[in-house]
Parts: sequence; structure tokens; C-alpha cells
Amino acid sequence: MDSLEQFRTEVRQWLLDNCPESQRQPITPEEQYWGGRGGSFASDDARLWFERMRDKGWIVPEWPVAYGGAGLSEIEAKVIKEELKALGARMPLYGLGIWMLGPALLEYGNDAQKEQHLRAIVNGELRWAQGYSEPGAGSDLASLQCKAEDMGDHFLVNGSKIWTTAADRCDWIFCLVRTDSTVKKQEGISFLLIDLDDPGISVTPIELISGESEFCQTFFDNVRVPKENLVGELNKGWSVAKALLVHERKLMAEIGSDSPRQVVAPNAAARTYLEFDNGRISDAQLRSDLVDYDMEMHAIGLTHFRTFEERQAGVRSAAPLVMKYVGTEAEKTKSELLLAIMGSQGLGWEGQGFSDQEIDTVRLWATSKAMTIAGGSSEIQLNVIAKTVLGLPQGGGS
Amino acid sequence: MALVLNEEQRLLQDTSREFLSNHAPVSNLRALRDSRDSKGYSTELWQQMAELGWASIILPQEYGGLEFGFTGLGVVMEETGRTLTASPLLASAVIGASAILLGGNTSQKESLLPAIASGELTLALALEESHHHRPNRIATRAQVDGDNYIITGNKTFVLDGHSADRLLVVARTDGETRDTSGISLFLVDPDSEGLRRQRTSLMDSRNAANISFERVRVSREDIVGEPGQGWAVLEPTLDRARVALAAEMLGSALEAFERTVAYLKEREQFGVKIGSFQALQHRAAHMQSRIELCRSVVLQALTAVDETPEQLPLLASLAKTQLNELVKLVSNEAVQMHGGIGVTDELEIGFFLKRARATMQTFGDSGFHKDRYATLCGY
Repeated sequence: MDSLEQFRTEVRQWLLDNCPESQRQPITPEEQYWGGRGGSFASDDARLWFERMRDKGWIVPEWPVAYGGAGLSEIEAKVIKEELKALGARMPLYGLGIWMLGPALLEYGNDAQKEQHLRAIVNGELRWAQGYSEPGAGSDLASLQCKAEDMGDHFLVNGSKIWTTAADRCDWIFCLVRTDSTVKKQEGISFLLIDLDDPGISVTPIELISGESEFCQTFFDNVRVPKENLVGELNKGWSVAKALLVHERKLMAEIGSDSPRQVVAPNAAARTYLEFDNGRISDAQLRSDLVDYDMEMHAIGLTHFRTFEERQAGVRSAAPLVMKYVGTEAEKTKSELLLAIMGSQGLGWEGQGFSDQEIDTVRLWATSKAMTIAGGSSEIQLNVIAKTVLGLPQGGGS
Repeated sequence: MALVLNEEQRLLQDTSREFLSNHAPVSNLRALRDSRDSKGYSTELWQQMAELGWASIILPQEYGGLEFGFTGLGVVMEETGRTLTASPLLASAVIGASAILLGGNTSQKESLLPAIASGELTLALALEESHHHRPNRIATRAQVDGDNYIITGNKTFVLDGHSADRLLVVARTDGETRDTSGISLFLVDPDSEGLRRQRTSLMDSRNAANISFERVRVSREDIVGEPGQGWAVLEPTLDRARVALAAEMLGSALEAFERTVAYLKEREQFGVKIGSFQALQHRAAHMQSRIELCRSVVLQALTAVDETPEQLPLLASLAKTQLNELVKLVSNEAVQMHGGIGVTDELEIGFFLKRARATMQTFGDSGFHKDRYATLCGY
């Protein structure tokens, strides 16, 4: 047995010994643990599972041991992920801290920042929000105007951020701010960490077409931010942001295969809602749409696998750059397909006559519309592919 | 590492590309077309390809094979797709060799495989009987007559059928027209009495033939596989053919796409390169994303032939469908993005467009494979 298989066996055994039975069931949004000052566990088992994973360093297996990780390689981390999935184990902790800020700090943060924040993230002490977009800076993110003035011993921040996910339940926010407005727009941006409890900050939730309000607008009115909260160099925040966007797009591309919301797969929904004739779906159009979707997901899954193998082999290809585009478009297709399969049962908004799952599916259909907008819209993804993969000349608006 | 080429395969890719661009560029296909070449491919080129080991690439060493597997074959197929090279590679070295390898008895393997491997013997599969790929719809009959069988029926769209040295004929020894049982495979000499071959001239300038069998006598010894059990040989052979063809289609799509992107960077209108127009950039970027998915699918399907044959039916249908859609998209966009010159015979893009249509119909269109995939998925 090679050492990786040996490792896999050990991981599997450890998970069997340590993951409580109740934590092997599909999770609902209410049961997710996002940490933070206002965070709480849905059950004692959830707490136990979190603590065991935290102490093992497997919440962030690739991070250094000193910062709460297990210091493992990417391939070992993948083994853990696969075994967690095989067991149906829940994620013990959710959050932008482990997914985005942590990796950025490991790359760009100084020692003091790593000391201050990384363990707190893994321990679930603080919940992080992301402050990138502004009302006037969406796809054209670099045109952001939220301003941080150098006041000697601190920055003075004024402006607002929009689409700050769950900012009303977060403790800190990592922000892109304008620190120089006299240079090319990308060159005057810095990356700041801000405590949302600071005076001068207010947060307003935004109601979406899904009926949910997971996003907020966050306002900064003469907020004093200590100088040591600057990550990376002054006016070099765009590089940090770009590195983070890669993490975000990867995350969004993977959401299709690893959704925290439990929605039935279209081919399973077909068995519930559609008529079959001799083992075949009678509705030719829906059968055709379903096979198109299943094939697309099959191809996307194989491409995820290929990008992983390429990274292991040190081979560069264009595949990672297309995954956000194809993954989120497929996610939208899935929601449309589910509604079509459910027919009039796929119209229920609330109340009687519909199962919880049906309502969830409909709400998620509305939510899915944001997936090809957030994290760089599909159009922006195509611009990036045209420029960086194909080397096409820069045109207007791209 | 199934989805990343290894050192040996990268080397094979480099040498294949160099050889084909020197000895078999697209202009060779044009020359074959314009001269109305009787064979439809260059015998000399095929001999050179065989000397490089391509005719034996999937065969075990005991039969003089290179034993590179389908992942190795895929590399070569992809490169022949880039140059649109006409040769018996698919019909004989992939389909013929696979059928004999999977279904042949010891004596058939020993007599045929080394000859296929050296390129001196070519085979062609006489399967289709209608204008759509329906491999189980076999009406051609083979009736027992003492130690012989007597074959009667009509075959169409037989790739390389007019030039092959031997035909592999799918005929029914039992059962009804749509049954998968009762199908048998026969090795038939094309010069047999009662056999007539008619070469057809297709848009892609390759070879196919209509073949009629009027009481053609074949020896019992020339059955490949068990009588009536031919489906067990035919289906995996067809899946190998589909996967190999998908690799060729990927190469064609890549070449047409790269030529188009190069044109976008060079052609000026309104005082700028047309590649700076977002209307074209987004369509090109969309094609790139489809290419990335297709590459993964083709590599996995090729690997399945070598390593996980139980997954081959699903992956072969996935690959053929995805590549059908890719070559249709890319060849149409390639013509459109080249503008007026794109519809001239002078530009080679038209050859890619036409080859795309022929490959889309070969061994199953998207409708066929989507139906098969859905059936395999249980709906």
C-alpha cells in the first residue's frame, strides 16, 4: 500500500471514530456554524464535531500547524475532503475567513496579522465579511470610491460597500479602499481589515428576489482604522484582491458539486414529478434537457478532476479559468430544469400545498440568478478568458 | 494521471505533429479531392504512418503492436484531426483491429493482426443499413448453407469500404431486425461473387461506400466471435471507434479554433483588430470553455478503454455527444468569424466545416448518444 492510501485509511478510520452520527446527515442552512461573536452551534454534537476537527487541524488542513492547520499537502487535503464527502460528514465551520481571508493572509499578511487573525478564524471566534463591490463599482470593481485617507497614525474611511454577505452577523470586514485617486485606478487601491464594531459603521440588509436578505450595504462614516490593519503594501491591494478572487471563483465553481443547501438532483426529481413510459421519461423535451444537464455536470466534474491532476503534475492549462463561468451557468440551468420538472409544484413560494423542499428549490432558483453575477459576472469571466487565455486585444468596455 | 499526458505521450504528440505538418497538411486532402484520387488516401503516407507504429498503436506486442493503449492512440488521432489527414487509421487500425482483438479466435488474430499492424492489410466495417446510425437494426441476413453462410443485404456509409482489403460485415444469423441477439460478424473478401461496391463522394472528401450482397458465400471459419453473439464484440468495438473519433474531432476543433483566433488578431476593420470587439471575444471565450470541458471528457473516455471498460459505454456516449456539439459550434463560428473569405474554397476552414459534419454523423449523432446516455442513467 502506498503512503497516500495508508493516509486515506487512517483518515477514514479517524472520521469514523470522531464524526458523530448526527453530523453525517445532510445539513440545513439553519444548522450551519459560521462562528463569530454571535454564532452558536445547532447541537452539542455540532460543537463536538467542530472541536475535534479544529484540534486535529483538519478544518484547514493545508494551513501551517502554528496557525491552526495540519500542515498537509494539497493532495492530502483532497483525500480528507473526499473522505468527508464519502461519509456524508458536515462541514464543521463555514465562512469567508477559512475560505478567502485566511489564504490571502498566508500569502500577503505580515507575522503580526497572521498571529492576530488566523487562529481566531479557525477557532470560529470571528466571522468575516467581504467589502469589495460598491453601488457604483460592480463589474468595474477597480473604479471603487470608498476612501481611506492617511491621517498619520490611522486611516480615515468614508464611503459604502454593497453585497457584503451577512455583514449584519459579521464581526470584521476585509475591504478594498481607495488610497490614491491620482493614479491609474488599479494602482490606488489598498486592502484593509476593519472591525465592524468601530464607531461610524452602519449595516442595512438588502431584500432579494429570493425573499432572503443575506446581503447588506455597509456604510462607513469617518471610521478610524489603525495603520497595522493594512494587508500588503499601500496601493497594492489590487494584487491581494485578484488572488482572493481566484479563491472565490474556485469556490463558486465548486458550489454546484458541494452545495450547502440540500436540493434534490434533477434526475431524482424526474422520478417524483414526471411520467415514465417503459423506463423512459415520456416528455421528450424534458428528457433531452435532463440529459444535457447531466452530461454537462459529468464534463464539469471530469474537468475539476483534470485541473487537480494538472496542478499535481505542474502542468498549466486554461481549464481553471473557465470553471467559474461553466460552473455557475450550469447551476442556473439546474434550477431552471428543476422548476420545469416540478411543473406547477415548482411555483410555490410559501405556506400550504408545497413541501419544504419544493419551497427551498423555488427560493434557490431565485438565488441562483445571482451566481452568474457575483464574484465576477459571466460576462467578466468571458472578458478574462478572451484576454488572458486567447490574448485578444483589449477593446472598449473590457 | 489519467487526465494529463505523460512524458511518452507528450513525445508522441510532438513527433506526430511534426510528421503530419510536414507530410500530410490540409493541402494534401485538397489535392486528393481535386485529383479525384481513386483510393481517397495516399498509400505512401499510410505506409509511413505504419512505419511510425501508428497502425499497431493499440495492439499488444505479441502481434507486432506498439501497445500504447487508447490514451496513446488519442494523441495521434487528435493530431490527424488537426491536419484532416485521410488514412485507414480509424477504419482499420482502430475498428478492424479492435474487432479482431475482442472477438477473433487465435488463428484469426495470428493471421490478421500482424498484417494490420504493419499496415499492409486494411479492414472496413460494413454496419449501417439506413441513413442514421442504428447498430442493432440489422436486416442483412446470413443463412447457414452446409459449412458456409450465404449473406444477402445492403450496407451503406461503409468507411473506407471501397478501398479495404477485407470487410467486416455485420449480418443477422437469427432474430428480428432490431434485436441485439442474433447478430454475427463476418470477414468477407470484397472480391467475392455477388458483392458490389459503389464508392460515394462525400462532402469531407473522405471515403465511404455502399455495398450490396447478393448471395455472397462466406466460410463458417470467417465468423468473428460466436455466431449470434456478435453484439458482444460490436458494441465495445463501436465505443472504441466513437472515442477515437472524438479525439480526432477534438484536434479538428482545436485547429479550426486556433486559426480563427489568429485571424481575429490579424484582421482589421474600422481601424482596429476585429478581435478587440467584445461581440467576438465572448463567443471565442465561450468556445474556449467548451474546448476545456471536451478535452477532459475525451481524455477520460480514452482512459476508460484502457483501464475501466465498464464505464466505457457512458463515457463514449458523453464524448461523442460533446464533441458533436463542439465541432458544430466551432466550425460554424470559424466560418462566420472569417467573414467573406470563410465561405471561399481557397481558405481551408471550409474543409474543417465539412469534415465536422461527416464526423457528427459517424457512429452516432447527438440524438442517438443522448438517448443512450439517458437510458444508461435509467431514464
